[in-house]
Amino acid sequence: MHLLTHLKTLITTAGLSGDENPIAEELLKSWSPWVDEVHRSRIGSLHALKRGSLPEPRPKVMVAAHMDSIGLMVTEVVDGFLRVTAIGGLDARLLPGQLVTVHARRELAGVVVQPPDHLLPDELAGKVVPLDHLFVDVGLLPSQVERLVRVGDRISFAQPPMELGKDFLAGHSLDNRASAAALTLCLEELQGRELKWDFWAVATAQEEETLGGAATSAYQLRPDLAVAVDVIFGDGPGTPDYLAHPLGSGVALGWGANVHPALFSAFRELAERLEIPWKMEPLPRHSGTDAFAMQVAAEGIPTMVVYIPLRYMHSAVELVCLKDIARAARLLAEFVTQLDEHFLSRITWDE
Amino acid sequence: MNQQPSLEYPPPKIGQRQLRLLARLCQACAVSGDEGEVRAIVLEQIRPLADKVWVDAIGNVLAIREGRGQPRLRVMLAAHMDEVGFMLTSDEGKGFYRFEVVGGVDVSHLPGKAVYIGRDHIPGVIGTKPVHLVKGDELRQRIPLESLRIDVGPSNDKRVKIGDRATFATPFTRLGPSLRAKALDDRLGVAALIELFRHAPANIDLLAAFTVQEEVGLRGAKVAAYALEPHLAIVLDSTPANDLPSWDAPRCFSPSDFRENARYNTRLGAGPAIYVADYATLSDPRLVRLFIETAESHRLPYQIRQPGGGGTDAGAIHKQREGIPSVSVSTPTRYLHTAASLARLEDWSNLIALVHAVLCALSPQVLSVER
Amino acid sequence: MKALINKLVETAGPSGYEAQIRQTIRALIEPWADELSVDNLGNLIARFGNPSPQGRNIMLAAHMDEIGIVATHIDARGFIRFIPVGGLRPQSLPGGRVRFLSGVVGVIGIEQKPPEGGAPKFADLFIDVGASRKEDCPIKVGDFAVMERDFIDLGERLVAKAMDDRIGVAILIETLRRLKEGRMAIPHQVYFVFSAQEEVGLRGATTAAFGINPELGLAIDVTSCGDTPKGPRMAVELGKGPAIKVRDQGMIADARLVSWMVATAERIGVDYQMEVLEHGGTDAHAIQLTRAGVPAGCLSIPCRYIHTPSEMVDLRDVRQAVELLLALLSTTVEL
Repeated sequence: MHLLTHLKTLITTAGLSGDENPIAEELLKSWSPWVDEVHRSRIGSLHALKRGSLPEPRPKVMVAAHMDSIGLMVTEVVDGFLRVTAIGGLDARLLPGQLVTVHARRELAGVVVQPPDHLLPDELAGKVVPLDHLFVDVGLLPSQVERLVRVGDRISFAQPPMELGKDFLAGHSLDNRASAAALTLCLEELQGRELKWDFWAVATAQEEETLGGAATSAYQLRPDLAVAVDVIFGDGPGTPDYLAHPLGSGVALGWGANVHPALFSAFRELAERLEIPWKMEPLPRHSGTDAFAMQVAAEGIPTMVVYIPLRYMHSAVELVCLKDIARAARLLAEFVTQLDEHFLSRITWDE
Repeated sequence: MNQQPSLEYPPPKIGQRQLRLLARLCQACAVSGDEGEVRAIVLEQIRPLADKVWVDAIGNVLAIREGRGQPRLRVMLAAHMDEVGFMLTSDEGKGFYRFEVVGGVDVSHLPGKAVYIGRDHIPGVIGTKPVHLVKGDELRQRIPLESLRIDVGPSNDKRVKIGDRATFATPFTRLGPSLRAKALDDRLGVAALIELFRHAPANIDLLAAFTVQEEVGLRGAKVAAYALEPHLAIVLDSTPANDLPSWDAPRCFSPSDFRENARYNTRLGAGPAIYVADYATLSDPRLVRLFIETAESHRLPYQIRQPGGGGTDAGAIHKQREGIPSVSVSTPTRYLHTAASLARLEDWSNLIALVHAVLCALSPQVLSVER
Repeated sequence: MKALINKLVETAGPSGYEAQIRQTIRALIEPWADELSVDNLGNLIARFGNPSPQGRNIMLAAHMDEIGIVATHIDARGFIRFIPVGGLRPQSLPGGRVRFLSGVVGVIGIEQKPPEGGAPKFADLFIDVGASRKEDCPIKVGDFAVMERDFIDLGERLVAKAMDDRIGVAILIETLRRLKEGRMAIPHQVYFVFSAQEEVGLRGATTAAFGINPELGLAIDVTSCGDTPKGPRMAVELGKGPAIKVRDQGMIADARLVSWMVATAERIGVDYQMEVLEHGGTDAHAIQLTRAGVPAGCLSIPCRYIHTPSEMVDLRDVRQAVELLLALLSTTVEL
């Protein structure tokens, strides 16, 4: 598999929260050759199993990357213009002029537009125009729009992927397709290797809205360990150094209440042994990832978070370094490979 | 004469031994996610008494003490081990660390306080600019978290690291009838649960949950309740006593005056506080009734916590599985989540006595009527 | 259905204290349900039909609780301070009346403030039950009350407190009656859940869904309308048919269920509207996240002035919702 090509395919495939079918099918196609079993959860997450060799009942590890992306949704059609709301957390200041695709009865190209000041309420003069005062214009006649677009239709960003020199890719939805690509790469690396544990690679649904995919998949699969793979703030304008993980600097390993300390140690030791550069990401609150939901599924699951640095999170021009994705993939592949019949006895709360 | 109904199972007595344990618990540091120090004390106390005890995937201590006879209710008692505090997030050299708060800490309480960091209780301070250098209007502005650092001193620089947790460094002190300490929320509950477990009546199976991560979203209690599958749950916590005078209160309150403090939540010295409604739970009315009736029949003081905001582990517990009838009862505590909280010893011992009496009174009939 | 709706809206049932409304509903549906139960949180659950190979285990949820208030303090002169239970707004309260579960009625007064004082807050409001001293006040801290307001019949449009969500309750009751009395054969096993504690965070539906473990869930609840003067920005209008929810603040409806509902509405020729609600959520949110996940959606009834004592619905939307629900339950669904 060619990482750059794969990642470009993933970020140009639709899959907004709650309607992940296109991206799930794409991932299913990529993962199928390397796994023993694959199915969708009742609310749309993709579960792929690479079976282990220990006798039943075998311990299982779940590695989750969310596949849903942020975008917009039509709330009203007014004279051929579309009023919209957000799916996931969006900064309305980045939207005017943004190219979009409206998933209507057929796909329509459009652009987010900001009305001129005199068509806005006086109190907004000189202020940020909030999302509910922006429109999407699809260039069609009002009668055509009425026929094609319905309240509730989803809208994706349409910014095409751009390579910024070797190893760097910019585009929308890299949060979290970068991690999904890492999972693909991880499965590929595991080809021909024997695993002792069952390994569930999971592309979760609805992370950006409710963490609902992770919560329900963890409940269904009941893994003994769960790892979330997601993105973390890269270095860039406005991101203070103490929060930033420079692009190309390797992976970040989460640490805090949302992470089991023994699992953190296992990942840290492994990263050091493999000479994969890593940095700790302290998590005083919640990890902002699927791990938050997985940790408290059913009777509780020891969780870990692996992050890939990404600049300009939740914009149409997110930027990642492919090397970091490859490192995350390798770390995960080695982690699931080293899981043996003794590993779980290390994951305790002995003080 | 105070005539007590006869008791089959004697209630716990609160003496020096219980206070020493409470002091030890309060001085342990157990910020959410890093409850090890309190967990160790709990395990040491509980292991000799329990029929079964284990630490679950996220660090809760769960313990079962079985009763005798049939039929028995499975009763979950929960108290959270964690406390609010800080996490070091960035090493700025020479012993200065940037930090974040864990749980609901009011940042205005931080400047000029002493803290302990990590398992080894490395001391540190949260220093500020000398008042001499503060200019004009600055004195009237709050000091933001971004401008604060924990300073461990240049020579201890390497004894702490990013990711370490810190708490206020406040010694446990008796003040006449009161107790002053950090983390009375919820070491009062933890210590009470240990005593109740020691004196568990045999008419029930007592399922104790010493929970983690309450202060960051009731997370330990969620999985504990799911695992224990109790018939009902009682949560032991601390709740704010905002029983201070309002700024315009008259020195002597008269009935015609409207400046009475109507939002006290609870009052110190008025007995354990029974919850009817908070932000996270509408207590099971059958259990609220049982608590009130038991308090009245045993002539124990009690107060109804003013319905309002806040939440306890009950918020997570009552929604598990097919629903678990739940109620909370708290020791009223002033100045929660600050360096020094303050509670009345008598409220705490009455809480233990009340919960014990309720446990003795529990039978399947309590839940046989509809909510 | 007017008499049914009238009876339902005038019965009290604040969140957590649903005993009275539960009793009313139970008495109505007892003859039609195959099985009735009440769970630990007070949800009333009626089963109808049996599983079949083509059918699904379906949960329908309409919440029986309503917004209300709870007393927090009785002052020396017998005035009662209170906080809301559920999403009540203070500006809709002064001059209104409340009825405590014991039957005691009181009026809501407001402290006088300087003109620049801003919008009223709950702390500015109090209830007067006619007592002149604390000792004479029949209300204790922790007592619950609901709004007191008569049902009004405006022809096709009906106004009352607690239309949210007694109108959903009425639709479920009517649907169950039609299924039973019309001897309709349906392929599904359906659980009609009259849920508790929705207004305080979908708590009843959470535990009911866990117990039922459905394969599919639908909430029946009210939604806002965008058709009043300077009203909320929203495409839904009163009287234009029941609304099929695509998303709200808490949930993105299952796309398969949205298509099933749209296709069925078009097949039987009832009016419908598509709904995107930016604030508020329904029991469907809780159902969706239950156990290993449940495909969930919501059939909404357009309602003006939600969470005020005068909520307005259009009976035509209500009747069409019943027809749509009956048609949905009569067909199979691909998941």
